[in-house]
Amino acid sequence: MTTTFDADHIFAALADATRRDIVLRALSGHEGVAELAGHYPMSFAAVQKHVAVLERAGLVTKERTGRRKVVCTNIEGLRLARGLLDEYEALWRGRIDRMTDLITRSKEIDA
Amino acid sequence: MTVTAVRKDPAALTMTLTAEFDASPERVWDLWADPRQLERWWGPPTYPATFTAHDLAPGSRVEYHMTGPSGDQPHGYWNVVEADPPRRLVFIDGFAHEDGTPNDDFPRNEGRVTIEPVGAGRTRMSIESHFPSTEAMEQVLAMGMEEGLTLAVGQIDAILTVDAVA
Repeated sequence: MTTTFDADHIFAALADATRRDIVLRALSGHEGVAELAGHYPMSFAAVQKHVAVLERAGLVTKERTGRRKVVCTNIEGLRLARGLLDEYEALWRGRIDRMTDLITRSKEIDA
Repeated sequence: MTVTAVRKDPAALTMTLTAEFDASPERVWDLWADPRQLERWWGPPTYPATFTAHDLAPGSRVEYHMTGPSGDQPHGYWNVVEADPPRRLVFIDGFAHEDGTPNDDFPRNEGRVTIEPVGAGRTRMSIESHFPSTEAMEQVLAMGMEEGLTLAVGQIDAILTVDAVA
């Protein structure tokens, strides 16, 4: 899927708890955007927007069942995200270790 | 060791990591504000970073490149969104062309850094990172895949020597 990212808008949506909730509800894969929208105190268009962001992020897909389109959580996408976050954590742990080393060394030099 | 908490939310593509240091908030801020210190921790030993433009004023662009084991040099930049020394830094981290201009073909991620004293000369720093997609995470990680491996003793010695000279 080719996507143009508008980071500022996407980051704003990512911080929203609604998005996480949609991912959880869509695990069952029974509801379309209209049904999902019924769970939240916001417009259909707003929920549709959240679903679109999740779709671009690879976390949900829209699947056709009969005449309906339902929103399904992409388990593989979630698993991939989990694995990537683990790697990202390792990257930051390495950075924190180096930061700690730098602080320790500057103290030794001052001493 | 100094990392005190990590929260990962795959559904929101967000990681929040909290660490504590035996140092003042000003000292921890310096790790970000002094480019020579920054380049000694930003990149892993296998992908050292070089910062060629560095100003943390809001609206400024920080430019850097990393040098990989095979001589590859991915370029990156930060757009500084917020800076409140020594407490808070918010920036968008993206990929850049060789001349340092942003390469918008790649997605960007946002980092929010919060630094606060916790008493007894200790300081807590938290990093919150948001990614727009799993692809964005893969691209960021491709620049530091070897991270997590143990630092070679020789590399630690090298840093120590530089410190002693400085």
